[in-house]
Amino acid sequence: MQVLFARHHVRVYRFVLRLVRNEATAEDLISEVFLDVWRQAQKFEGRSAVSTWILSMARFKALSSLRRRTEDELDDETAGTIEDPEDNPETALAKKDKGAALRQCLEKLSAEHREIVDLVYYHEKSVAEVSSIVGIPEATVKTRMFYARKKLSELLKEHGIDRGWP
Amino acid sequence: MNAADRNEASEIELLLPWHAAGTLSARDAQRVEAALADDPELADRYEAVREELGQTIELNETLGAPSARVMAELFAKIDAEPVRRPHLSVTLAARVREFFASRSPRTLAWSASAAALAIMLQAGVIGGFLLKDHGGGHTETFETASAVMSTPGNGSYAMIRFQPKANMADITQFLEANKLMIVGGPAAGGLYRVMVATTKLQRDALVDRIKKLQEDKVIGFIAAQTE
Repeated sequence: MQVLFARHHVRVYRFVLRLVRNEATAEDLISEVFLDVWRQAQKFEGRSAVSTWILSMARFKALSSLRRRTEDELDDETAGTIEDPEDNPETALAKKDKGAALRQCLEKLSAEHREIVDLVYYHEKSVAEVSSIVGIPEATVKTRMFYARKKLSELLKEHGIDRGWP
Repeated sequence: MNAADRNEASEIELLLPWHAAGTLSARDAQRVEAALADDPELADRYEAVREELGQTIELNETLGAPSARVMAELFAKIDAEPVRRPHLSVTLAARVREFFASRSPRTLAWSASAAALAIMLQAGVIGGFLLKDHGGGHTETFETASAVMSTPGNGSYAMIRFQPKANMADITQFLEANKLMIVGGPAAGGLYRVMVATTKLQRDALVDRIKKLQEDKVIGFIAAQTE
């Protein structure tokens, strides 16, 4: 269990943190996730990668946690994450630094889009694995990723960076 | 471009993120490579995908790691669970499959180097086992000349692997009773680097200390580590 925890906890924490956007909540959730891993280990049949199984549980817990929050909390948090491009000095700098601008725009994606981008790019999950984690058909995985990228391009355009696509 | 070509092009475009991440099947990867070679516009868009991938990794890497509280609380909860035998079906085959399935070619390339290094380190550990006589007697003990997780400094260290069946409470009790501190690991083979004394012990003293620790039931393997 210690080896499993050592191997996966940082990535699972980052995955959850990107969804719930609160460090204390993310820490509590991964503790719950790994306790469930311990409790449900006998149910794991090895049909998917261990990391895919853990990420599925982590996602479920993160979404349940988000649902428990009140609408007000969510509204406040969402408002807090949307920065005014005119008022933020970082934005001016970001215009000069395409990488920083991209990271800012990645932060502004919806939770659904952030999730799929992270799973594909950071967690290196295949189409089938993302389908298993998110619980959507493989064709939807591909189109959701496409629309996440399209939204990213639109956000970049608002930052004054035109990638010429879509 | 006919309708079939357009469909193929859009299908290829959808696959670009997975191609960049190295998680496509060999067949799909070949299709994408062929399309990229034929279509400079698609190749430009692929560059954009690679930028997204790089920045997504960078963004996630800045998120840090959970505090030590998480591990402490988790294992306290596990210790409080009813006693049962963990039955995780992570067989060796499953772990090997997981290792290779979860890594992209670029990661595998790195991992191959890391594996080679691990084998060299392991060879170093094995090669460093010295059977020695002490004081003219026949006291045999092990000593590693390996630099696995070694850091310079004072103190005396050992490499330890705990018995797989040892639980957190047993290990904690063992560490406390013997005033040991884990300072590194787990490394390949589940080895931990443990400080067995805060001062640099003489070789004989260190050997005696290791032999005493070796008698504990939580120990699967222990070897003194020399600088």
